[in-house]
Amino acid sequence: MRVGIVTFPGSNCDYDAYHAVVDQLGERAFYVWHKERDLQGADVVVLPGGFSYGDYLRCGAIARFSPVMDAVAAHARAGAPVLAICNGFQIACEAGLLPGALLRNASLRYVCEQRHLRIETTDSPFTSRYAAGQVVRIPIAHGEGRYVADDDTLDRLEGEGLVAFRYVGAEGGSDERSNPNGSLRDIAGILNGGRNVLGMMPHPERAVEPLVGSGDGLALFESLLARVGA
Amino acid sequence: MSELPTATRPASVVLPRPGDPPITAALVAEHGLTEAEYDRLVAMLGREPTFTELGVVSALWNEHCSYKHSRPVLRTLPVDAPWVLQGPGENAGVIAVGDGLAVAFKIESHNHPSAVEPYQGAATGVGGILRDVFTMGARPIALLDSLRFGDLDSPRVRYLFAGVVKGIGDYGNCVGIPTVAGEVVFDPAYEGNPLVNAMCVGLLREEELMRAVAQGVGNPILAVGARTGRDGIHGASFASEELSEASEAKRPRVQVGDPFTEKLLLEASLELIHSGHIVAIQDMGAAGLTSSSAEMAARGDVGVVIDTARVPVREAGMTPYEILLSESQERMLVVAKQGHEDAVRAILEKWDLSAAVVGEVIAEPVYRIVEGDRLVAEFPGSRLVTDCPVYHPEAREGEEVQRLRAVDPHATAERPEEGDPAWTVLTLLSSPTIASKAWVYRQYDTMVRTNTVIGPGGDAAVVRLRGTDRALALKTDCNGRYCYLEPRVGGMQAVAEAARNVACTGARPMAITNNLNFGNPKKPEVFWQFREAVGGMGDACRALRTPVTGGNVSFYNENPRGAIHPTPVVGMVGLIEALDHVTRSGFRTPGDAIVLLGENTDELGGSEYLARVHGLVAGRPPRVDLDGERRLVEALLEAIRAGHVASAHDVSDGGLAVALAECVMADAERPMGCDVELDAWASLPRRALLFGEAQGRIVVSTGAPGDVIAVAARHGVPAREIGRVAHASHGFVVRVAGAEVAVPVARLAEAYHQAIPRAMERPAAASPGAAGG
Repeated sequence: MRVGIVTFPGSNCDYDAYHAVVDQLGERAFYVWHKERDLQGADVVVLPGGFSYGDYLRCGAIARFSPVMDAVAAHARAGAPVLAICNGFQIACEAGLLPGALLRNASLRYVCEQRHLRIETTDSPFTSRYAAGQVVRIPIAHGEGRYVADDDTLDRLEGEGLVAFRYVGAEGGSDERSNPNGSLRDIAGILNGGRNVLGMMPHPERAVEPLVGSGDGLALFESLLARVGA
Repeated sequence: MSELPTATRPASVVLPRPGDPPITAALVAEHGLTEAEYDRLVAMLGREPTFTELGVVSALWNEHCSYKHSRPVLRTLPVDAPWVLQGPGENAGVIAVGDGLAVAFKIESHNHPSAVEPYQGAATGVGGILRDVFTMGARPIALLDSLRFGDLDSPRVRYLFAGVVKGIGDYGNCVGIPTVAGEVVFDPAYEGNPLVNAMCVGLLREEELMRAVAQGVGNPILAVGARTGRDGIHGASFASEELSEASEAKRPRVQVGDPFTEKLLLEASLELIHSGHIVAIQDMGAAGLTSSSAEMAARGDVGVVIDTARVPVREAGMTPYEILLSESQERMLVVAKQGHEDAVRAILEKWDLSAAVVGEVIAEPVYRIVEGDRLVAEFPGSRLVTDCPVYHPEAREGEEVQRLRAVDPHATAERPEEGDPAWTVLTLLSSPTIASKAWVYRQYDTMVRTNTVIGPGGDAAVVRLRGTDRALALKTDCNGRYCYLEPRVGGMQAVAEAARNVACTGARPMAITNNLNFGNPKKPEVFWQFREAVGGMGDACRALRTPVTGGNVSFYNENPRGAIHPTPVVGMVGLIEALDHVTRSGFRTPGDAIVLLGENTDELGGSEYLARVHGLVAGRPPRVDLDGERRLVEALLEAIRAGHVASAHDVSDGGLAVALAECVMADAERPMGCDVELDAWASLPRRALLFGEAQGRIVVSTGAPGDVIAVAARHGVPAREIGRVAHASHGFVVRVAGAEVAVPVARLAEAYHQAIPRAMERPAAASPGAAGG
């Protein structure tokens, strides 16, 4: 598997995605500078976390205009996997690859901590190695992660099984503390209609070894490997 | 070279620039120079200075840049060890950590800016310390913050606290460096003058070490990064005077941070250093272009010429004075190899940054500033840096402190509520200084770069060195109350506690950086505190073999009511030799034995108990036995390496009872209980046993108590089994001489975890007098 990780000016989780793929999965990864127009034969594209262009304007609003984004959109149109994490999720929404938007956390504060997510669908190249309903521990680290969309869009996402992850408590249920940012319907990650673009605020690339807090994100990368092949 | 025709031209006459104000006694005073210092300047030049020259000297001879009151005392600190690659005097210290890897680290204060503009003050503090580390060729891998505020009951304090935390978070989070540890202390002594000390730790290969030494006649000097604006002019001078009612008006001296540009500058600088196109690089930090160029020239013993007309500026009409003294953030000064200018520019352009040649290294021993064809400032040789005055102020202990230290803590009667020691335990756990700081560190990205093995909340942070089986342990420590009551003991204690904290995670203490926060050094009682505290720190560093590789002195930390508690913060780096040795503070397995390493003694002076329960800062602070501390660290590390230790936690603020409570609650997701009996010390006053802060103690949980005790005995460290780890349902139970403290763990957790969030639910206010408390 060849994973192309796009580096925008201000990306800072590109390195973590690289090491998740190379160190933990033993697969190939490389960085794609945002000014490139070619994805160098990547099977999977990662739009990593960080603060592209400082996020001084709306998060992701400038990065979507980076030259590389045309190639990313073409990659997605061709049905190949795009994994958009955190700032990458914001960029994917701004670029129209995914519906909805990410607003400031309801608390108005940045939050970084381990969180519990429930796997809502295993029918995707990103989640096939999980069990439906499985509760996993994956950290979040964001100030603008409150997922919103209009009711029709939310109903469509739910109806088509495009909600990939929901924030839950440790036991899998939901209470007033289990949603860290006020996301509508506790949504932590969604798929596009083709199920080949995943946007998620939590950081699976930070959860690939128990030594640093959790290994629960590794199955996401293993799912991709199972789909793409070594 | 042709780019700078003026550079090699023989010096013409330095003349005032049209529009310069005349040099008057008042103007000299406004620049913070004493009459004697001004006379010294005139003698050095052999003439009156121009306005530009006066500005340059005021920037370099202020306390912040010159260390003029502290240098002789700092020279007493130990700085050598075989693993030290770079000691004090550079942008950051550097130690070797094996396998050709090295660690660069440094701490620096941003106290005064944070007092008037907490968000930007703290943010730019983080930015500055990051640049100090990456200019050494190191990639920053961790940030720590040592913070002090007044009482959280004050709306102004809540405003400062919230603003500082957000400023630190927004900057570090955006650049993508995890904030992994630190401390936050609340004490009325810091009212109006908070302390914001930021530490950065970076990783490099030994051969990549870059020093900020200008070399090579003819080499071009480039300004890279952000453009120069009118912000922050005289920021370093502002940091070198007491805060007052007028300080608010100096808010414009606080710079504004841009972490996005910092991130680009970080990547570009590391690429530059690794490219081989440059010979030196330094942050344009305090005193901006002036200090970076003068210091690099002095270190290299070369001359430099800088043309201010070539510096990229944000607005037209900036004078040489303004360009030289601007503290606009995210700028670097680079000495490139001659002929490599285009290669340097190409690297900067990749990162959408600019680079402009602004000067040149010259053979003539002179520090020269030109503005196009006009000579605006010139100083002989490196005397601008080396001729800075040095003072040996009077030092005398204050009488008030002598009186307070003589107070017998036991003369203070217990409050009626203390009849139930559970009340005292809960009161101390909800003291904001002791309580959980999760409200703070949830706002920091503690995990980015995925090397954080132990984040904030542990005894020390542990950061894995990727690609090796090693890790660093990092911690800042200082107890200002001890330092106030007996500064020599306080200085020792700060080092000893930091060493214990890193040792509790399985690390050998390696070296420290220090941030010496004190009041006005011209006051004899303040200078006495400084001299004594640094003396104690030096003794402890020698005993524990942790040399000082650099740091920062911050004087003039006063508010209208007087000086802050002397606060010599220690930033410790320890090395864990195998990831198997990583040890956490919380109890892990019910049934494990709890062993106390060290001895309980009657030490109630200077305690959090006295301060929190009785509103008393008094008594003799706990004794520090440096030889005992060294043996304690050795014993603990041997027991950890042998695999005997399940958890280890230092006993500090709040004493043994609080330490045990922290051990049961440390893992919020998996709380434990405990059953402890302290009858062996029944002869001690109960509150000294439970809440006294005797030094040199560590609470260990273990499945092999006999082995731990045997290891301790070999090192001459007292050790005794005091109880068992229990399920959380058993509760927190501590028995002593027939009395029993029994508290449900949920109640402990509530007190500990909710204290700060609850305080911060109340409104904050920027103005000191505002309502809402």
